[in-house]
Amino acid sequence: MSREVEDLNRRLLRARDAMDRAYAEQLDVRAVAAVAHISEAHFIRTFRAVFGETPHRYLQRRRVERSMFLLRETDRTVTDICFDVGFTSRGTFCRTFREVVGETPSSYRLGNGPMVAPNCYQMWATRPVVAAGEARRSSSFGDAAAATAS
Amino acid sequence: MITKLNVASIMVLNKEEALDFYVNKLGLEKGQDVKQGSYRWLTVRVPGDVTEISLEEPGPPVHDEATAAKLRELITKGALGGLVFKANDIRGLYETLKERGVTDFTQEPTDHFYGTDMGVRDPFGNAIRILQQGKVAEKAKA
Repeated sequence: MSREVEDLNRRLLRARDAMDRAYAEQLDVRAVAAVAHISEAHFIRTFRAVFGETPHRYLQRRRVERSMFLLRETDRTVTDICFDVGFTSRGTFCRTFREVVGETPSSYRLGNGPMVAPNCYQMWATRPVVAAGEARRSSSFGDAAAATAS
Repeated sequence: MITKLNVASIMVLNKEEALDFYVNKLGLEKGQDVKQGSYRWLTVRVPGDVTEISLEEPGPPVHDEATAAKLRELITKGALGGLVFKANDIRGLYETLKERGVTDFTQEPTDHFYGTDMGVRDPFGNAIRILQQGKVAEKAKA
């Protein structure tokens, strides 16, 4: 029993790592589930049980975290950064960012400069935590997921 | 005054499998390997370095079975600590690791102002970061 839990955890972690690596691409939840060798429905359920949030929420917060990084460290425009981190519409990006961070990308940029901690620690520790509720309409898996759902 | 980090330890699910990964894949060398009763004091280290990395399995007598099971769960979900190494020619190392069959990269070599780093997981889920410090590392030589 325990071995099964460990094996499943390890595979889910591998899928989570895949999202951390490929957040900038258009990710399909089915493809990410395939990394863990499980069905899409089972993946979403077990990922949430193991990591405390759905895969799409995890990915959304990763994208927001990477956008925060680019806002702090670069002078790229908000629109460029929106597409850099895998969002497909500026409207969705700004709405999501505001919802998660509590301010707009531009005002976040004004108030925050570069961090000293190495990038890996930033990725590890600065993915924003959301105070508000969990349910979100938009999917981080974007058009691909919407297309397969329809 | 403390002068040196002598032993760090990392939790693994299986010492033999860990030894194979850390030595044959990652390129560390075996340090201590001493059996005392049922306990195996097994360490690896960076070749030529004095700091030993002790490979430890959750289980009795240190942990009761319930605690050990929890630890194994945490290891496999990547929730425990990891190791950060320094390397030279990190892009060359990345190619070498791939040739040795390593697939669990968390990050390909990426340039930052402080150097170039990459990430990989050990077979159990522990995070390993490797950094080549300094100005952006040169592309791997042909």
